[in-house]
Parts: sequence; structure tokens; C-alpha cells
Amino acid sequence: MDFEFTAEQEDFRQEVRDFLEDEIKKGTFRPMCDGWIQGFSWDFTKKVAGKGWLGITWPKQYGGLGRSHIDRLILTEEMLRYGAPSACHWFAERQIGRAIYVYGTEDQKQEILPKILKGEACIGLGMSEPEAGSDLAALKTNAVEDGADYIINGQKMWTSCARYMTHIYLVARTDPTAPKQKGISEFIINAKLPGITTRPTIDTTGSEAWGEVFFDNVRVNKKYLIGEKNRGFYQILNQLDYERSGIERLMGNYPLFEAIIKFSKETKRNGKPICEDPLIRNRLAQLQVEFEVGRMLIYRVVQVMERGKAPNVEAAIAKPFCTTFEQHLANIATDILGPFGQLWKESKYAPLMGMAAYSFLASKGYSLQAGTNEILKGIVATRGLGLPSTS
Amino acid sequence: MNFTLSETQEMLRESARDFLAEKCPKSYVRQMETDENGYSPALWKEMAELGWLGLALPELYGGFGMEFIDLAVLLEEMGRVCLPGPFFASVVLGAMTILADGNEKQKAAYLPVIASGKTIVTMALYDSDGACDASSLAATAFAEKNDFIINGAKLFVPDAHAADYIILAARTSDEKDEQQGITVYIVPAKDSGVQCTVLKTISGAKLYEVIFDNVRVPRDNVLGSPGKGWPIMEKAMERAAAAVCCDTVGVLQKVQEMTLNYAKERKQFERPIGAFQVIQQYMADMVTDADGARFTAYQAAWKISEGLPATKETAIAKVWSAESYERTITKAHQIFGAIGTTMDHDLHFYTTRGKAAQLSYGDADFWRELVAKAMGL
Repeated sequence: MDFEFTAEQEDFRQEVRDFLEDEIKKGTFRPMCDGWIQGFSWDFTKKVAGKGWLGITWPKQYGGLGRSHIDRLILTEEMLRYGAPSACHWFAERQIGRAIYVYGTEDQKQEILPKILKGEACIGLGMSEPEAGSDLAALKTNAVEDGADYIINGQKMWTSCARYMTHIYLVARTDPTAPKQKGISEFIINAKLPGITTRPTIDTTGSEAWGEVFFDNVRVNKKYLIGEKNRGFYQILNQLDYERSGIERLMGNYPLFEAIIKFSKETKRNGKPICEDPLIRNRLAQLQVEFEVGRMLIYRVVQVMERGKAPNVEAAIAKPFCTTFEQHLANIATDILGPFGQLWKESKYAPLMGMAAYSFLASKGYSLQAGTNEILKGIVATRGLGLPSTS
Repeated sequence: MNFTLSETQEMLRESARDFLAEKCPKSYVRQMETDENGYSPALWKEMAELGWLGLALPELYGGFGMEFIDLAVLLEEMGRVCLPGPFFASVVLGAMTILADGNEKQKAAYLPVIASGKTIVTMALYDSDGACDASSLAATAFAEKNDFIINGAKLFVPDAHAADYIILAARTSDEKDEQQGITVYIVPAKDSGVQCTVLKTISGAKLYEVIFDNVRVPRDNVLGSPGKGWPIMEKAMERAAAAVCCDTVGVLQKVQEMTLNYAKERKQFERPIGAFQVIQQYMADMVTDADGARFTAYQAAWKISEGLPATKETAIAKVWSAESYERTITKAHQIFGAIGTTMDHDLHFYTTRGKAAQLSYGDADFWRELVAKAMGL
């Protein structure tokens, strides 16, 4: 047992911090909540790529550095701590690169992986549909063979990065006669193909958080099918383990956490810092406890990955816990700010750049995306504990 | 960063699990609840022979030469079976405190006999008001020639009746700073001035009120420096809290396993109750709580083991342990249904053991305050 980072790991953390502080000083970005999913800056993404920090865990043969998942955790932890705008590369780097080098063809590897590594690929996820949310296998978007191509028709939604994406990772039905999980395939396609249109979805924070993506007779060459035809669902399950494995589920709103602690120390009521109010003190300390527990749960996930295993049950344990922490954080932060907690950042008197109000609203979605808390707990119960399936 | 046990620790865990399964069935736990001493001397001797009583003591003092983190593994196994007896008192409170703060002579005098099981040492951490902070410390001691005379009352002293020595703190001078002027003593428990009254606890744990009436001890029995004893008590409290979290990890793990088996076997509405989503969500929550409790407890134990500052980690672990216990045991009772509320069923051993741990060595509020301090609030 060992609860410490090595000296090399600590050095790496410092290197990442120095880089980020430098970029903040240069004005490349201002720390923001949800920077990993809402902060789009090609400039920043290219700088991160320039450091060699995209795909650091990928095998060297695919252009990665073959470094440990703990190194990647350190990197992402610092990106989140500083609220860096990482959305252009986050999805591609986290899960799509791996899906391609594990299941993809040599051509796909040659074409897509270098783009991700150079910070030139922003990949949107085309998974959910109006009738296929938690029940992903119910998806209807279809891909029909036509000579050398597939013709794709249908609709995706909840696609992050829809405005910025260069590519779409698409899941579509390739065998309508097979049982629903056995007729699905994965594709990686150019987002600018004729027949693809998008429409923004505005979330309750007023942000363009997602987009709907429509496919109208979109012609895709067969070479963009990933892995085995009709085996897509099983490949996705594996990919989803990676999607929910990271510390972004805990630290997406870290700038707010830091800010509310600072606020509580510096703001006086009745002549005393409000952090001396036992009720506020207690709630902040409780948040810290939950944060530390969440961190341990994610560190365990990373150790599982380091042992070469897909972090299935472990990620399903960590993610609901961590998103619940983020909801607690938002609730407590808005509570501490009192009536000011409802102010948008543009408002007169908005405290903490409006982060609390933003986070309160945004956090309701955290426990839904990448597997709802209920779906994930079901995974823990059935796949983890061997309880009978309910379906 | 590696949360898995070493090979040696795995071996220790396995052998402890086998040994305790055989020696500490629930019939033994039940029997010890009404036993005056609360443990079997024969079993105590066997544990000494296995090297458990000196597991984390250096070989120089008759110990096994392992560390506090290894002791954590053993404590978890003891929690799993609800092992009664003075192991926690003598090893975690007694031996570890003397090892940390005793002088050479004291270490040589007490540690080998603790390791061999001949001597049992306990520690009084609570004052009569049930608090463990310096401001509550009411016992006093004054010097008389080469001796100190101790007066005062302590509460919730574990296994005082079985103990040969009790470590306690007393105020030796009134200082402006409450944490100053405190001296720690090793007091012979069989002294005629020491009076122990057993308290009747829900878990069957033997906790005592101990009254010290003009107890005379020589200067040699002072632990650490006179007047500077409070940090010894704080560190002892920290070790005790981290250790009791490890015990609770065992409790939570076992409760999870028992409940899971029941959820798979018990049928209602023509299916195992574990096929119902509500039960599944409860079980998933129990896993999450127990895993969090495990990692935080072992992290605290590891920091202590390595001699690193461990207050924040211990505080995190103790808060989480206290809360996850309450959530887990409530869900377990809900899943077991009415049978789990009876004395015939084993669940109550864990309900009470976990509760005792939750209330011991600082509750969640006590440690949350230390988290707040660590955050600079």
C-alpha cells in the first residue's frame, strides 16, 4: 500500500501547474467551471498538444507516450483545478483515441490518431437519441449498405461539442432484424459531410451545452466503420467505462469550490468571517470530506486501468458519488451566498463570477450524462455484486 | 499510489480470517458480553503466540517488527467478526502510545510484556463530561518528593478491569493555554486508589468509569515531559480514531456481504428481493460507502505508519466512517426486514459494534471541526 505520488509524479504535477499558471498570466484563458466540456479554445488545445500531453497513455506505436494512467490523472486533475478550456480535445483524447487504436483499422489509426494528438480533432459523440437515452441499444439511426458506402439516416442528440466538432463518433443500426444489441455498429465520420446538420440545445444555464445532429442520407465510406460490424454495442460498453472513469466528474466545478472557501474566509458578517459560523464551517468541512472520498474512488479507478483492466464497476461506483458531490457543492455554495447565489455572472452584485448559480443549474445534468446514477448503481449491483438483472 | 495490500499483508489477512473464523464465532461474542473480563485468557494467549499483540512493535521489544498499516489489516479482520477483548486497548492505545512517547526504560519495561500478553495496558481518553479535549481535562496531579499524587475521574476507559496499567493525563499546573500544564502517567490499575465501575454498553464493549483517589506513582511513570503531555494524548487519539475506522471497515464489509447473500436468497413476489431495483440501489450505495471507508481508513493508517502528518486524513476517515456506518446499517436492516431486528440474528452485533466505533475517539462533528481547521477555515 502506498498513498503517495512518486517524486517524478510530483514533478510532473508541478510542470503542469507551471504551464497553466503561465497561460493564465498570458491571458490564454480564465479559469472556468466545466472548462473540460464547455471551454472551447483551439489555441489552448494546440498548446497542450504541443507539450505532448494529449494521448500520453496511448501506446508509443500510435504516437502516444505510453505513460501511466496516474500521470494522466495528474494532468487532468490540474487542468480541472485551473478550470482550463479543454473541451476541444477532451472527448477525443479520453475515449475515442483508445476506441480507434483498440478496434479500428490501420487506415483509421493513420488518419484519426495523429489529428487527436495534434489537437486538431474535436470529436462529438453521436450516441443518444430521442428514444434512446439510458436504453442506448434502442437507437434508431440506421446505416444501410450501398456499394462501397453506408447511407446514414436519423437523429442524435445530447452531442457535446456539436458546434465545434470536426468528427462524429457515431453509433448506428446496421442490422434492423437482429436483437437490438446485436445490430449496432460504430463509425468515425467527418462532421462536415453533406447531409449532416446540427441544431444547438441550450441548457438551463443558457449555455449551448449540446447539439442535435441530423443525418439525411449521409454517405459514409465503409472504411469508417470501426471494428466489427454489428458488434458495436459491446465496443461501446467498453468505451463508456473510460468515458466515466475520470476525475472531471469530481472536479468540473473545482474553481467554485476554491472560490467559496476563499469567500467564506474573507467575507465578514457581524464582524466575523462567515467561516467561523459553525453551520457554514460544518458544511464546508463535509464537502471536503466528500471531495476526498471521491478522489480516492477515482484514484482506485485509475489503478484498475493501470493494471490493464477496463474500469467497469469501479467507474460506476465513482461517477455517481462524484456527481453527487458536485451537486452538494453547488447547493452549499449558493446557500452560503444567500440571495446573491441566484445571480448570473452578468448581474450587478454577482458573486464569484456567477459560478455558484451556473453550477447549481449545470450540476443537475452531471448525474445524467455518461450513465445516470440509477443506471450506474444498477451496474454495480448486477455486474459488481451479481444480483439478478431486473429486465 | 497503490491501494492494494502487499503479499505479506494478504497472508496476514488470510491467516487472521481463518483463525478468527474458528476462534471467534458469534457464540463466543455472545458469551463474552456477559463475561466479567470480556475475553478468554486462552484466546488471548493464542493471539500473543501468533505475534498479534506485538505485531507493530519492533523486534527489539519482543514485537513482530511490522507497522501500523499492518495492524490496520488485523483490526479490519477483528471488526469483521466483532472480536471482543482488550486487543484494541492494549495494542492500539497502550503499546502504540508507549512506543511513540515512552523513554527507553519504559519501552523496555512495558512493550515486551504487552507483546507476550502478560501485561494489559489501557488508556483513559475521556473525562467525566464525555469529552476528549484539553479544556475538559479535570484530573489533577501534584508532585510530592519523587512521586506524583493523582486525583480525578475518567470515563469510557476500555477494559480497565482487565488492565494492569492505565495511561492517563492529569493537569499538573494551571496555565493560560489549556493544552499546557498537562502530564501523562502510566498508572498501575490494581492500585488500591483505582476504582473501576463497569458501564453497560449496547455492544457489550467493556467500558469503565475509573476513579483515581490519591493514587501515588513514581516520577518514572511519567510518559514524556511533565507539563507537556497534551500532544501525546492528541496523537494517541489520532491513532485510536484511525484504528477504529479500520475496525469499522471490517464491520461494513461483513454487513455488505451478509446483506448481499440475503438479497440473493430471500424470495418475495416469486423472485429474490435483490432483483428489485430499490434493493440494488441500496446495495450499490453500501459498496460505495464501504469502499470510501476502506480507502480513507487505510490512507490514515498509512500516513501514521510512515510518520507523516495524519490529522487531516484521520479526520476525513473518521467522519466518513461514522456516516457510512449509519447509512449502511440502516439499509442493511431495511433489507433484512424484521428478522434483523432480533437478538437471534447476527446483524445486531454489527449494529452495536459499528455504533460504538462511531461514538468512540471523536464523533463526526469532532473530526469535521479538524477538517475545517485543516482547510484553514
